[in-house]
Amino acid sequence: MRVMDSVSGRYTCLNMNYLLLIMIHIGVGLHAVGGVWPMPQISASSPEQYPLNPEAFYFEYGRQSEAQPGCSVLDAAFKRYFSLIFPDYFPGANVRLQFSVNRPFTLEVSVDHDGCDGYPSQESSERYNLSVCAGQASLKAETVWGALRGLETFSQLVYQDDFGSFFVNKTDIEDFPRFQFRGILLDTSRHYLPVQAILKTLDAMAYSKFNVFHWHIVDDPSFPYQSQTFPDLSAKGAFHPMTHIYTQTDVQRVISYARLRGIRVLPEFDSPGHTQSWGKGQSDLLTPCYKGGTPSGAFGPVNPTLPSTYQFIARLFKEVSSVFPDSYIHLGGDEVNFFCWKSNPDVRAFMQKMGFGTDFTKLEAFYMESIVNITSTLNKTAIVWQDVFDYHERFQRRLQSVVEVWRGGCYLCEVRKATKAGLRVILAAPWYLDQPGPTHNWTPYYTVWPLAFKDS
Amino acid sequence: PRSTHSSIHPQRRRASEGGTTSWHLSNYQLVAQSSRYGSLWPLPQKVQLSDVSFKLTTSSFRIVDAKESSAGPSCKHLTFLNFSCHCVIFSTSTFVLWATSFEGNEYELTVNQPFAVLKAPKVWGALHGLETFSQLVYKDEFGTKNINQTTISDFPRFAHRGILLDSSRHFLPIKVILANLETMAMNKFNVFHWHIVDDQSFPYLSRTFPQLSQKGAYHPYTHVYTPADVKMVIEFARLRGIRVVPEYDTPGHTQSWGKGQADLLTPCYAGSKPSGAFGPVNPILNTTYDFMTQFFKEISTVFPDAYIHLGGDEVDFTCWKSNPDIQKFMEQQGFGQDYSKLESFYIQKLLNIVSTTNKGYMIWQEVFDNGVKLKPDTVVHVWIGGATDEEMHKVTGAGYTTILSAPWYLDYISYGQDWQKYYKVEPLSFNGTEEQKKLVIGGEACLWGEYVDATNLTPRLWPRASAVAERLWSAKDVTDISDAFNRLSAHRCRMVERDIPAEPLFSSYCPHEYKGV
Repeated sequence: MRVMDSVSGRYTCLNMNYLLLIMIHIGVGLHAVGGVWPMPQISASSPEQYPLNPEAFYFEYGRQSEAQPGCSVLDAAFKRYFSLIFPDYFPGANVRLQFSVNRPFTLEVSVDHDGCDGYPSQESSERYNLSVCAGQASLKAETVWGALRGLETFSQLVYQDDFGSFFVNKTDIEDFPRFQFRGILLDTSRHYLPVQAILKTLDAMAYSKFNVFHWHIVDDPSFPYQSQTFPDLSAKGAFHPMTHIYTQTDVQRVISYARLRGIRVLPEFDSPGHTQSWGKGQSDLLTPCYKGGTPSGAFGPVNPTLPSTYQFIARLFKEVSSVFPDSYIHLGGDEVNFFCWKSNPDVRAFMQKMGFGTDFTKLEAFYMESIVNITSTLNKTAIVWQDVFDYHERFQRRLQSVVEVWRGGCYLCEVRKATKAGLRVILAAPWYLDQPGPTHNWTPYYTVWPLAFKDS
Repeated sequence: PRSTHSSIHPQRRRASEGGTTSWHLSNYQLVAQSSRYGSLWPLPQKVQLSDVSFKLTTSSFRIVDAKESSAGPSCKHLTFLNFSCHCVIFSTSTFVLWATSFEGNEYELTVNQPFAVLKAPKVWGALHGLETFSQLVYKDEFGTKNINQTTISDFPRFAHRGILLDSSRHFLPIKVILANLETMAMNKFNVFHWHIVDDQSFPYLSRTFPQLSQKGAYHPYTHVYTPADVKMVIEFARLRGIRVVPEYDTPGHTQSWGKGQADLLTPCYAGSKPSGAFGPVNPILNTTYDFMTQFFKEISTVFPDAYIHLGGDEVDFTCWKSNPDIQKFMEQQGFGQDYSKLESFYIQKLLNIVSTTNKGYMIWQEVFDNGVKLKPDTVVHVWIGGATDEEMHKVTGAGYTTILSAPWYLDYISYGQDWQKYYKVEPLSFNGTEEQKKLVIGGEACLWGEYVDATNLTPRLWPRASAVAERLWSAKDVTDISDAFNRLSAHRCRMVERDIPAEPLFSSYCPHEYKGV
């Protein structure tokens, strides 16, 4: 039922809230919107169905919308979602039949803030409202990123009957994410992942409204990131210096592909542990391990005692900060083995000088604090694995980084501790999808209660 | 690639389960080194290597049938091969249309310049020899294809080396089955155990009883195997030296059969009234055996292999117990309350029916365990974990041919390098005489389909099944797990290069990564 809006001159559906009340009261077959994943916050639909004709389906920008044709994100999205909504449809040799145009359907998109040429951020609103009525749907969002979420939802509302005709039901949705940071971590160091595989993952992420691609790009086994400042890192540290690297072009491709899907790319350059591959192209970066009084030939974590280390990190991070537009950067800091540091006499001397005694957690904290400061001067916020917080809560609180909880056991205990200390927390512990078996079961991942810990 | 240390213990980074991580010196990197056997998999019985290498060019490669060979250009097997280095002269002394059950997989390969000679008594051995030849070819750093002077004398330790796929829990498109046959051939597997129907769906389009798939398949048109499909699978397998053994599992695992064949399954009772649910095949009706006779007559003509797998596993007696007609029958037959006697009664009649088709049969171990009278050439399939050694001892002790699957249920996945546990299995480790052990003709890696379909079949099955492949082909003392890791890593990269998305063993890389996504 369409009612002319006297103010804007647009058609809007009859106020659904009013309708809702009536329907609930009468008990008409009101069912929650099935088939939309993740489930929207507030939704209602009715059995009233509207046919969709792929030859007369239009995306439009609302007159009041801040985003208009030329908005890269939405223009690309309209094209992409058309194919997703009408799979197998090709504008064919079929003659455009006259009467088909008489049943047009318009999806009108309105966005409050332009931001089309920008990148999604931690603070971006992803809220949207979607109303589907006869012949038209209205999608309103604060940002283009919210509009993308709404488009995905709309595409999930469309279905085909046994004859292959497309339909969408009368629906009203008000949606926003419960959590601002919803990410997937991929590891491209243990195995090189061709760019195609990363892009395909970004597509799948968009289908489930994930908004952060946590790119664990380098680690012990290989260093595939081709740095402009330090080309030897990948030349010597990648599995193969030509075939198993991410060039700057590759990286930009991933970032822009992600941006068009409202996905932030969060790079992780994990140190001081997990850095074996760094040492291949950057001599003197890693700590030489000692056996008795002589170097054993093996290397340990990054050497936190040399000024050259911090000069290197500063220059590398300067590049990383400009290459990756997100305002957050993941510094790692996990699983640091102190054995090598302990064995090295220079490190031990440094410990004495700094008054750390034999507490190597202080040395790690010293290193982490230094690199977090480096990232702050680059205007980025640091995310670290929980180890850093576990060692020195005090330092963490000073640095105000974000803590990512990954260790098993009582991970909620950890979440409670960190939030109590006033820090923001990302939860990963119950969602280690690389650890399967014995048979696949998705329910343990679903039945996680991230906020089920005591306290405010 | 340079590696620092070869330790098989996986580097445990972050563990979410169990609460603690295991600390490792980050020096423990695990990138595969080269084995002196290169990338041969499975490892042949006798390999004599040398450092003398010859270069190969695609332009002057030839396949020629030796004068003494009885296989000529008309032998279809030898012309379809798609190696990039197809140049071998070989001779075979007999030419056989169908693979006989157990013979003829051996071959001898001598690589010299300018000829390599491949000799095999049967064409199946020649196929294996060609695969081995292709594994000897390697690229040097200039990109040139090389092969070293080699002498190989090879034969399989076990004659029955199978893979089970389940196309009932999920429909498997034909392409997936064919791609898997290709991969099996690369690993010298020679039996495709096709668990084609089960409770969930009946995709086999029977020409005698078309209603079975019409009503029992997930979709009567898009999720069925037509007679043409089945023929294609059989011929594709044959050209690769692979037998196709179909399994039509009864009396349990038959829910989908009842959709298109009324009165086949037992109606369950709730109290004195039918509950609407159905149980295993109804063993007391004559119509059941009429149906089975006609059905297996068709199966015996469609599938040329000498054996049919009849299943017989996991029969739930609850439904039979609830049915008053069955209770009466039990009384009449004097079975008392022992329903395994009823099961035996059914199986016995079924085996007799199948015998008249002149096929041998394979059955899951329960049929043996429940004391059914079996023909002497029955193959018993041991699958239940726990007391496997005892079972092997019992079955072979009773004189039956046996195949082993219990330790090789590859549908169970876990974190880490579980291929090693499949590799370490020793099929003849049970207590028994030499004669008994001779009765173990091999084994099968099973990939049940509850959690498997076209999206994940290949990575889940390979290269873990390759571990089983070597265990079944190579000599008993081939147990060096470090060398196996090195060879298998190379073999796995070769599968990836041949467009097979076999999953990785551990952190590493292949020169040619999988591009398919």
